[in-house]
Amino acid sequence: MKITVPIIGGPYTHETSSINRLMLWVMLALLPVTAYGLYLFGWPAIFLFTVTVLTAIIAEALSLWIARRPIKPFLLDGSAVLTGWLLALTLPPWAPWWVGVVGSLLAIVIGKQVFGGLGQNLFNPAMVARVALLISFPLQLTTFVAPHPLFAAGSPGFMDSLHVTFGHAAQLDGISSATLLGHIRTQLSQGIDLSKALLNQPSLTQLLWGNTAGSMGETSALLILAGGLLLLARRIISWRIPVAMLATVAVLATIMHMLDPLRYPDAAYHLLSGSLMLGAFFIATDLVTSPVTGKGQLLYAVGCGLLIYVIRSWSGFPEGVAFAVLLMNALTPLIDYYIKPRVYGRTHRGEPIQYADEATSKKS
Amino acid sequence: MKLFKIRGGVHPDDRKKLSANKAIEPMPMPKLLRIPLQQHIGAPAEPVVRKGDKVLKGQLLADSKSVISAAVHAPTSGQIMAIGNYMAPHPSGLPIRTITLKPDHDDRWIELPAEVDPFTLTLDEIVKRVADAGIVGMGGATFPSAVKLGLRKRYELHTLVLNGAECEPYLTCDDRLMREQADDILDGIRIMMHALQVEQALIAIENNKPEALAAMREASSGFNKIKVINVPTRYPMGSEKHLVQTLTGKETPARALTADIGIVVHNVATAHAVHDAVRFGRPLISRVVTVSGGAIQQPRNLHVLIGTPVQDLLDYCGGFLEQPSHILSGGPMMGHPIPDTKVPVIKGFNGVIALTAKETAIRPPMPCIRCANCVTACPCGLVPLEMAARARNGDLQGAVDLGLMDCIACGSCAYVCPAHVPLVQYFNYAKGELTLRQRAEHKQAETKRLAEQRAVRIEHQKKAKREAMMRRRQEAARKKAAAQTTETEV
Repeated sequence: MKITVPIIGGPYTHETSSINRLMLWVMLALLPVTAYGLYLFGWPAIFLFTVTVLTAIIAEALSLWIARRPIKPFLLDGSAVLTGWLLALTLPPWAPWWVGVVGSLLAIVIGKQVFGGLGQNLFNPAMVARVALLISFPLQLTTFVAPHPLFAAGSPGFMDSLHVTFGHAAQLDGISSATLLGHIRTQLSQGIDLSKALLNQPSLTQLLWGNTAGSMGETSALLILAGGLLLLARRIISWRIPVAMLATVAVLATIMHMLDPLRYPDAAYHLLSGSLMLGAFFIATDLVTSPVTGKGQLLYAVGCGLLIYVIRSWSGFPEGVAFAVLLMNALTPLIDYYIKPRVYGRTHRGEPIQYADEATSKKS
Repeated sequence: MKLFKIRGGVHPDDRKKLSANKAIEPMPMPKLLRIPLQQHIGAPAEPVVRKGDKVLKGQLLADSKSVISAAVHAPTSGQIMAIGNYMAPHPSGLPIRTITLKPDHDDRWIELPAEVDPFTLTLDEIVKRVADAGIVGMGGATFPSAVKLGLRKRYELHTLVLNGAECEPYLTCDDRLMREQADDILDGIRIMMHALQVEQALIAIENNKPEALAAMREASSGFNKIKVINVPTRYPMGSEKHLVQTLTGKETPARALTADIGIVVHNVATAHAVHDAVRFGRPLISRVVTVSGGAIQQPRNLHVLIGTPVQDLLDYCGGFLEQPSHILSGGPMMGHPIPDTKVPVIKGFNGVIALTAKETAIRPPMPCIRCANCVTACPCGLVPLEMAARARNGDLQGAVDLGLMDCIACGSCAYVCPAHVPLVQYFNYAKGELTLRQRAEHKQAETKRLAEQRAVRIEHQKKAKREAMMRRRQEAARKKAAAQTTETEV
């Protein structure tokens, strides 16, 4: 019997893994915090989430079509959905629809497809969009609302919510509520120290569960952690990036808090507020844009943590996860260039290993 | 014994249950045997018989004429039908020199020397007997074993490692051999230890083969220099350098041999062949082959004569359950597809594996998403994704700088790649292309050298001619002058 299959190098067996499976696991890990966010902020959040994800899919399909690449396999790989999904989670839940649309277009077209599509982008697409939106539309991107759970008294109904998302954003003025980080920043800039600024602010338990004002999927540290642990258990991400990133922020926060407790909130506030948790488990761990070696990942994560703390404490922005991740993304090629694993049988410098007794092993 | 951890590696489903409990059974005599003259690394053997000759079982058919080569013997008695070209048991399916033997079904042995006590032989005699028997590494690498047994002359050796890891999925031939013929293997090990003059032998067996472990432990119980070591089941444990590192904690330096750190590694089946060859003078004319895979009706372990067509093995195992997607020689990690089932079994075939499409799980490749699973899996500490990107763009030097030549092609990277990038294919392509270029460069350099030498030679000749001419002229001038002087004197 002649065998006619094309000959291609082995192996002729494979782990049951694929890109779409990988993306599906990440989505599954995001499910708890997403469901909670959508519930917490009601119909407007659901509308914004849907619009953002749909735009991402359409933008991906159109880009592939223009580039004359096969649409089906790339659309089904799930990466576009995930990008839209992650972007939506970082948006203020009651932001107008066009924020999601512009954001997804930025993420998919500028952040990903312009670089060559899946696997080729230098920067995390969702963070490219997040930063571009923040700089272009600061008002919409910093207008947060207090939780308005679905079907709760005082929450907008379906029709009213359509108006929130697809109508005029100005109506939000009455019910807007600052995030904890935003509040601290404003208070400190007005010369009010933390002993007063933290009064009447969400408690640590509240931050842990997530019943506070904030971005759609960033409020519940606990649910994000649950999703992150799932990814760790499935070995889709390694512990290095989340652990090193959170530890860096925690260490810096603790030191600064000890130096000046009235100006610098302690580690718990830093870890549980803002985008840090989501960033550590789902954003900075993005496979495409993070380094490939263990040591490289540690360096990258420490860099992210350091930048986040610096931006949060001393810059004009209350939050810095997106900026920090983008800056470290830019360093990823450099990190991968300089930090490589040691090759078997070679020293770190790439020379063949020499044993002291080698002379005795080879007879002349 | 304390074991050491190796980097990376993968845990493929070993699928050994399919054939692990099937005892080795002999195959019926095939109608024709096709015996390739190159079944090993090195130069092909040179035929010493002619078409039409009647040969006996074990008779020399082709002799090894260079240092790295191996002799080939008649697997049974019969008549030489042809010495010509036949499809190679290699993915290319290119024709190679092959002797066709028609068995006469008498299966009559050539007169064998009387049984000897190997420990009365000189070390060189042992090595010669192994060379004469045409033994090659039977784990699949097929390096002539006699060369490896002669390493004592160039290296200070202390340990012989017996590779019974059998880390490839599906394969159970070494497992069965260790279970069923442990004493013979042990005798082979003692002979090899003697030939290599080493202090100890370590038999390494992966812990997914408890019966083989027990059998080898029992066989080796009387010998305190021979230890059976239970090594973790992890691919590629059977890689020579990684096995040595697991056992000793020492890495073999890059571009060197394990002999450089005083260790020689042989496969357990090779030890069995050494026992046969040195003690009884029987050459290597058969081997145990695992026939397995999801597409095989009845997976088995068969004792097969070298030269038996693969089709015969498949037929003996009841044919296919379903049309296989691939038929491989060797295991699914490092085995090669065979081009046709008419190709013969050779010394390095440890398995014939027919895999279903579900088992091969081949999918169209997607772009690399830099997940770094390949970096974690690589037992050699390489960054496969970067090497593949270079090879793909034709930047061969870039791939070499990243360690292409340190790659052992184990396939762990491609096995875990979620994008199903054919990484090994890229590396094989780059290595092949480099060899071609080096050969072309070498040829160019040689041509240049010869041309220059010729120019120098011609220049020398011309110069010699000129000088001779000058000398003659001077001579003539001198004579003339002398004559004149005489004249004036007169």
